[in-house]
Amino acid sequence: MSAGAEEREARTPWALTAPALLLFVGVLLIPLAMTVMLSFHDWGQYKGIEPVFILKNWHEVATDPYFAEMFWRTFRIAILTTLLTALLGAPEAYILNRMSGRWKSFFLLIILGPLLISVVARTLGWALLFGGNNGLVNKLLMSVGLIHAPIPFMFTETGMVVALAHVMMPFMVLSVWAALQRLDPQIENAAMSLGAGPATIIRRIIMPQIMPGVLSGAIIVFSLSASAFATPAIIGGRRLKVAATLAYDEFLNTLNWPLGAAVATLLLVALVFIVVGSNALIERRYAEVFR
Amino acid sequence: MAYLELDRVAKQFGAQTVVDDFSLSVGKGEFISFLGPSGCGKTTTLQMIAGFLDPTRGAIRLEGKDLTAIHPAKRGLGIVFQSYALFPHMTAAENVAFGLEMRNVPRSERAERVRAALAMVGLAGYEDRHPRRMSGGQQQRVALARALVIKPSVLLLDEPLSNLDAKLREEMQIELRQIQRTIGTTTILVTHDQNEAMSLSDRIVVMSQGRIEQIGSPQETYEKPASAFVSQFLGRTNDFAAAIDRSVAPAQLMAGSWSTPAPAGLNGPVTVSIRPERIGFGDAGLGAKIVTRIFQGNHWLFQCESECGVAIVIRQNDGKAQPVEGEAVRLTWRPEDMSVRARAIA
Repeated sequence: MSAGAEEREARTPWALTAPALLLFVGVLLIPLAMTVMLSFHDWGQYKGIEPVFILKNWHEVATDPYFAEMFWRTFRIAILTTLLTALLGAPEAYILNRMSGRWKSFFLLIILGPLLISVVARTLGWALLFGGNNGLVNKLLMSVGLIHAPIPFMFTETGMVVALAHVMMPFMVLSVWAALQRLDPQIENAAMSLGAGPATIIRRIIMPQIMPGVLSGAIIVFSLSASAFATPAIIGGRRLKVAATLAYDEFLNTLNWPLGAAVATLLLVALVFIVVGSNALIERRYAEVFR
Repeated sequence: MAYLELDRVAKQFGAQTVVDDFSLSVGKGEFISFLGPSGCGKTTTLQMIAGFLDPTRGAIRLEGKDLTAIHPAKRGLGIVFQSYALFPHMTAAENVAFGLEMRNVPRSERAERVRAALAMVGLAGYEDRHPRRMSGGQQQRVALARALVIKPSVLLLDEPLSNLDAKLREEMQIELRQIQRTIGTTTILVTHDQNEAMSLSDRIVVMSQGRIEQIGSPQETYEKPASAFVSQFLGRTNDFAAAIDRSVAPAQLMAGSWSTPAPAGLNGPVTVSIRPERIGFGDAGLGAKIVTRIFQGNHWLFQCESECGVAIVIRQNDGKAQPVEGEAVRLTWRPEDMSVRARAIA
């Protein structure tokens, strides 16, 4: 092969990926870099944005307890949502996997159905169900005797976690489902033949093998919940802001773009750290199951 | 008295009968094979013994006790699955120890028995390996050790060797037989491989379409097949269309231009079956022409066009000259080597 042909060959992969690469750079990397730069600019009520390099916004985000509260709330809601989806989604996927053909596809459709409907529509649905002290959910819970006084759902973290958990459930179920597909179909029979009861089989055989699925589902749910906008905006409203709605308000209501950019950047960096960190941890811990 | 007894066991899925009228008594320490093509109901029968399926009819008894009333987890049977079904998140030793843990065997005794079981299957030193880091043959051994360490009353093997390559399979067959002889566990093997069934078992249960075709020692089932299915399934066989003529005395069995005194009983069209290795070349017999001859080291394989259809002949390579392709020969065999069955006319 001539030197020219070799050079052409080396360029081929670049040429082939160029369109996607350009799109990626154009719509993701450049705006992202501009947002980061924006967070270092100055802003004033009357002067607008000044393209200077200052740490004012970052200083404000770091020291003002108002922002700390927002971020803690964001992650608290994300963690609770993740726990709720894991606790409900993993058994759901397991039961679904044991169902026979027709029922399986029917219930899978029910679980995945919400993905076909806009998040806003789904959340507004929850808002209708919650609807103050006389909401349907409260009436139902009181009539079955689970609670005595109505639980405030609207404009509370409880309501946000419930609505978010519903929105995020398909991601958890699908992730656990994928892990269940990797299971040897005879593995439960094998454990049973060795003398294990149903509870032992789930605890000792099934759980350890689907744990990677639960954890990767948890990563997806956590990062989506922490950056969710529509659900917190509708259920939480103005009273109960999270990082995403906070950034939105800074951008579009206060018009303090640089401060909003700082909030958005911080949220992104925190999420990247959490996701990458936990992913590395999971892969090391469950190396044998992943092979 | 029978150790394990299946009494007219049947299994239906909806309207479909998968196993029907399955009766078998297994002696203690016996090695039994369920042999048949896929879909013949052999695995279903095994699963009923294991308890993963309940029989629709019939009884399964172990030492006189009704086994179907006992939960599968309490039956104390050792099972090796086709896919091995090892626990991938546990090491080899943890896999083997699982059954002992479930039986609350003390830790020290557990460790000792796990070590002994792994040593027995030739895996000493592999205790801390995870299954996915082991070869197919090694995983197979772990599965065997896991099933045997609980000292099962019956060992059930569901196509355990079918995922191994030919050479390894042969090695494992010998090893399996040795282990079974040494510890004397009553064993039931499900297989579709007739060589495996013949080389391992004391008795073979040949199955077809949910029914037992024949129960017998490997030699019996091979030499004295009870049905056309058995003779076709166990090894190769030649079927010649022939006829018995009782209008002459003595009655004659006629195949093409060749004839011999007919066996008693049958009349009219019959099928004559002869194993390829029982046919010789002689001066008188069924006329045939050699179509191909293949040298296979210790024997020759001839394909002939005979007066009554295609014939396969196997001759030992004894160093003597053999007929060549295109040569006209006469096929002969001893009367006791052929089996004659009535043939329905299509």
